[in-house]
Amino acid sequence: MLRARFLIPLAVFAAFIGILAVGLTLDPREVPSPLINKPAPAFNLPQLAQPDKTISQQDMLGRVWLLNVWASWCVSCREEHSTILELARSGVVPVLGLNYKDERADGLAWLARLGNPYQISAYDRDGRIGIDYGVYGVPETYVIDKAGVIRYKRIGAVTPEVVRDKILPLVKALNGNA
Amino acid sequence: MVPELGHFALILALCIALVQSILPLVGAARGNDAWMALARPAAQAQCLFIAVAFGCLTYAFVSNDFSVKYVAEHSNTQLPVAYRVAGVWGGHEGSLLLWTQMLGLWMFAVSIFSRSLPQEMVSRVLSVMGMVAVGFLLFMLIASNPFERLLPAALDGRDLNPLLQDPGMVFHPPMLYMGYVGFSVAFAFSMAALIDGRLDASWARWSRPWTTVAWSVLTLGIALGSGWAYYVLGWGGWWFWDPVENASFMPWLVGTALVHSLAVTEKRGAFRSWTVFLAILAFSLSLLGTFLVRSGVLTSVHAFATDPKRGIFILAFLAVVVGSSLTLFAWRASKVGLGGRFALVSRESMLLTNNALLLVAAGAVLLGTLYPLALDAFGLGKISVGPPYFEAVFVPLMAPALFLMGIAPLARWKQASLPELAVRLRWALAVSFVAAIVVPLAMGHWSTMVGFSMLLAAWIAATSVVNLKAQLAHVPKGRIGARLAQLPRSYYGMLLAHLGVAVFIAGVALVKGYEAETDVRMEVGDTAHLHGYTFRFTAINAVKGPNYTAERGTIEVTRGTESVVTLNPEKRLYIVQNMPMTEAAIDAGFTRHLYVALGDSITPTTWVVRIYHKPFIGWIWGGCLLMGIGGLLAAFDRRYRARARAGSAQLAGAAGLNASAAG
Repeated sequence: MLRARFLIPLAVFAAFIGILAVGLTLDPREVPSPLINKPAPAFNLPQLAQPDKTISQQDMLGRVWLLNVWASWCVSCREEHSTILELARSGVVPVLGLNYKDERADGLAWLARLGNPYQISAYDRDGRIGIDYGVYGVPETYVIDKAGVIRYKRIGAVTPEVVRDKILPLVKALNGNA
Repeated sequence: MVPELGHFALILALCIALVQSILPLVGAARGNDAWMALARPAAQAQCLFIAVAFGCLTYAFVSNDFSVKYVAEHSNTQLPVAYRVAGVWGGHEGSLLLWTQMLGLWMFAVSIFSRSLPQEMVSRVLSVMGMVAVGFLLFMLIASNPFERLLPAALDGRDLNPLLQDPGMVFHPPMLYMGYVGFSVAFAFSMAALIDGRLDASWARWSRPWTTVAWSVLTLGIALGSGWAYYVLGWGGWWFWDPVENASFMPWLVGTALVHSLAVTEKRGAFRSWTVFLAILAFSLSLLGTFLVRSGVLTSVHAFATDPKRGIFILAFLAVVVGSSLTLFAWRASKVGLGGRFALVSRESMLLTNNALLLVAAGAVLLGTLYPLALDAFGLGKISVGPPYFEAVFVPLMAPALFLMGIAPLARWKQASLPELAVRLRWALAVSFVAAIVVPLAMGHWSTMVGFSMLLAAWIAATSVVNLKAQLAHVPKGRIGARLAQLPRSYYGMLLAHLGVAVFIAGVALVKGYEAETDVRMEVGDTAHLHGYTFRFTAINAVKGPNYTAERGTIEVTRGTESVVTLNPEKRLYIVQNMPMTEAAIDAGFTRHLYVALGDSITPTTWVVRIYHKPFIGWIWGGCLLMGIGGLLAAFDRRYRARARAGSAQLAGAAGLNASAAG
């Protein structure tokens, strides 16, 4: 015996679950950054491995590239590290690191132990460039196009799904069109 | 090794939970005694294995095993041992383990204290609880394993969040979870009744003490959390309407409705499907609270490292548990029947009104908690729903509920007469109005809010006295002490809990109406004045704690020429996380708290000092304590045990009293 009024709670609950599900798909980490579709902020920083050499965002003009903000003290960086390594090894897109608020020796030791996916890591000891990029939690990852414009920003660890669904298609599109 | 043992114990617990959730249920349907008999030992074994896992994690914390990721993230060698133990529930994974442990303990308790229940009922109840346990154990093993290793091991841990390094936090989560999870028993009883299709007074009598205990513990747990916020956050506030608090408050509101609805079902056989619905709702809200707090939907990215996998799992679990129980409800609830009829003016109708008001209040809290999330989800911007919203909806809902709370216990079941009630309650009403006028004036100045609140508080207290007098009239004459002893414990529990509400309201209103504060810049030697007290800042010293350094101020409080107390507020810096904490110093008196917190230092000897005078704020927690004790008193009423022993209906003499007393 099924009476309609006893079904009401179920219906309300179904709607409720729907809203929560929508809420879940909206990853709070993917807050649209005001930097999207803006030129990547300029930097000219010493390199992590070779302090006497510098690296600037201009060195990468004409290429689609990834900027990955990391630090040896950051646990989530360790979590995403294998994903970044794999992405870098695939050679699809060059990955540059921004070593953020770190000690040089710690950063180098970290890379030596876990592997170095970065062509070059810029060394942002006091986090000044991080401020320009609006870094508010390490790790963060940016996809920057040939013209030096930020096209995508990821806050938090990069997962294989993000690489597959977001980063790789975007890199492919950027390489094809421009 | 030990963490692996714990992990293994969890897997075993999951296997047992699977058996426990399937075989006894099927056995009950087929009348297979051997399968049904599995329920009790399975529940006990499952509880044991969860306890082993819990013990292993605790051991990992105490022994500073930083090769366990969870330990490395929430502990540190410098952390005092008590907080290392509390660190077990300092994060996501451990909180879940605690949740599951509580569920295990409740199952264990049900398996022990259910000898008088029919075997089918016990099997179904434990089977449903087993299903809940399956969900949580799976969740832990798949998405939140507390025993995950960290290789290479960390040299030292990242320390427990200093906010949680407080005695209140040692006890608050276990109490709260015990209450939350306790509603799973009421839920399981409801499910069993729906499956069985039989829902009668004896069913209500079985599930009632369990629900009341869960409600009492939840009350105490929430009060502890509020007390913690009061002295740790350094703002002197005691309730912030933040999502985490709301998550615990919603099950409480619905649980309150459930406790009362169960009373009606037991006494009058009425409200059956309503009671079942409330039991489902109370537990669903407990699960929702877990979802909201643990999935990261509401918390910011930085509060807990969130993992979308977790959110999806909890949501799916919520959908399965609540969805299937509501489906069962829709399918079977019409079968359980409506029970006794009652008139428009009767105790039943008043309790139903109060139930509805409590439910609407819970709905309003839910709306206020989720509305910002919904707006954000649909890209309509970020807003914050604060205390103004909650206070605006809460007061109009609670005022009539509190008014009815005074009348209902005096009203007759089935049919009451308003004129008769009016006559019986006229003195109570008069007393309340006097209190409403006198108290604010005695406190210094008139305030409508305080006057109105005092009216309600005094109303509840005065009607309780009238009620006690009326009850005593049923008791044979004799000495007053002997006559009082005749009344059942559950009756006193009810009175005490209701008085607790009165005390609570008085506390809230008086603090809100008459608290005074001052922010002063004080140099050593300076004095400040507040509400007749003089505060002299006599010294500031550096002190060193086990894992923090602190500046400790010494403030001597005098009133006139009389010395009151010396307070030592601290500004601590927790070394590992480099996090400053304000440790307020409180002189807790019966009628007022003096609250002193150090703000920022301007020079090494000049500080901003925040001083509060909070009249009657202790009554807020005192009231909660009374509610909790009242609930426990009612739950351990003699008749539950007497009935359990005799297995049959009557407890000589007291039955009539019970019928009119329990409300």
